[in-house]
Amino acid sequence: MAESRAEPKGTGAALLHRMEDNMSFSVMLQQMGAGMLKSMNIFFLTLLLSLPLGLVVSFGRMAKNRVIRTLVKFYISVMRGTPLMLQLLVWYFGPYYLFSMNIGGNYRFIAIIIGFSVNYAAYFAEIYRSGIESMPAGQYEAAKLLGYGKAATFFRIILPQVIKRILPAVTNEVITLVKDTSLSFALAYAEMFTIAKQIAASQTSFVPFFVAAVFYYVFNFIVAIVMEMVEKKLSYYR
Amino acid sequence: MNLLEMKHIRKSFDGLEVIRDISLEVKKGEILSVIGPSGSGKSTLLRCAVMLETIDAGEISYLGERAAWVQDGVYHTVKGEKARQVRSNFGLVFQNFNLFPHFSVLQNIMDAPVKNQKRPKGEVYEEAKELLRKMGLSDKEDAYPYQLSGGQAQRVAIARALALNPKILFFDEPTSALDPELTGEVLRVIRSLADLHIAMVIVTHEMNFAREISDEIIFMDKGVVALQGTPDEVFEAEHGRMREFLGKLKH
Ligand SMILES: Nc1ncnc2c1ncn2[C@@H]1O[C@H](COP(=O)(O)OP(=O)(O)O)[C@@H](O)[C@H]1O
Ligand SMILES: [Mg+2]
Repeated sequence: MAESRAEPKGTGAALLHRMEDNMSFSVMLQQMGAGMLKSMNIFFLTLLLSLPLGLVVSFGRMAKNRVIRTLVKFYISVMRGTPLMLQLLVWYFGPYYLFSMNIGGNYRFIAIIIGFSVNYAAYFAEIYRSGIESMPAGQYEAAKLLGYGKAATFFRIILPQVIKRILPAVTNEVITLVKDTSLSFALAYAEMFTIAKQIAASQTSFVPFFVAAVFYYVFNFIVAIVMEMVEKKLSYYR
Repeated sequence: MNLLEMKHIRKSFDGLEVIRDISLEVKKGEILSVIGPSGSGKSTLLRCAVMLETIDAGEISYLGERAAWVQDGVYHTVKGEKARQVRSNFGLVFQNFNLFPHFSVLQNIMDAPVKNQKRPKGEVYEEAKELLRKMGLSDKEDAYPYQLSGGQAQRVAIARALALNPKILFFDEPTSALDPELTGEVLRVIRSLADLHIAMVIVTHEMNFAREISDEIIFMDKGVVALQGTPDEVFEAEHGRMREFLGKLKH
């Protein structure tokens, strides 16, 4: 960059160089737009996988079997006790270092999705658990007396009430996830933040960071609105 | 044949024996009231009868069919389809209602008959509306439990239990969680059930109500049946603990 600016104006080569270097705003937005889609991809896929997985993990955390319970408890504590960025690196490089497996280009994305989902499932599991354990025994007893089986009791009577109770805590996690998608830069995956960093470096410009900030903010603004709508939808009872 | 038969029931919580060798029978359409001081084991007895608690000794049968029993120190209970069938004999009305807050009044009543008994929705709906009419709650069909007074909530809970057509209904202090001015409407509804020829086992502190409605009364004290008989026999008995109990209730 600095050299290109030092070159005398007017020479054809330099002109070409500058046109390449100073990418237009629309090209920049185009590239960042592609990154944005990838960020959203990570976000939605992680939610899609970690929300149900978290429920399964919470069952393991509350299992009668002590071995299962202890193992799951350990898994949750590791997920919560180590940096997510480090976990992503382990998921990405682990297969190579541990099993000398060949990691193809596609695996980068898979590692990110696994890393995020398995991490967020741990957080969601604890939220589910707190919600499930806060349910009064009377709801289970009434259901039993009315002939609901175990599965029906959980999915028809307990879970809907649990979801209402844990919604604020889930919203917190979802908002954190939007911002956490930027951790994918650790694996140089071309999502929003990675691209913003690259463009900012190549253009010595602050604009990409500003665009990225706006993106994360607006994304979270929408998330907040959606979660508020869900909360409102569930406010028909207390 | 007895509708309910409990034989030599024992139940302990962490070494503390709460039910000590209690036997009782309830015939079809009979109304049995259980009275006694707090902590004497009335709720536990009811919870054993509806299989919310396991028992440590004895046997519980409905219509001659064993529901739960202890053999060689091991607790057994009916399983699968048989369990479904045995359980369909009884319902329970809780002290604190335990309505499902996310269901409307109508859903609270209709959901179990439709989903669990697989009965046609239209038929269940007509029956639910009729039940609500009897409970004086026709205008509350679409209300949610949080919008109801305690007395209304308890009447919905009674309707919910009745919608499954039980042969025997257990009540655990159905009016104890209510403001005094609301107990009347619930007791009136329970009284009206006597005409339906459903057997009832009622744990209550409403002595006048128990005396008037019951065919038989059990006075429980410290985990045993201290006194049993017709209302007159029990209330007139020269029984120390019973007199003491009635005296305490009066003040
Ligand atoms: N789940 C339980 N765990 C331990 N103790 C219990 C439990 N349920 C009841 N008890 C004890 O059993 C005794 C009888 O209780 P309960 O049946 O509720 O009496 P009542 O309904 O007559 O007031 C009390 O001492 C109570 O503390
Ligand atoms: Mg009690």
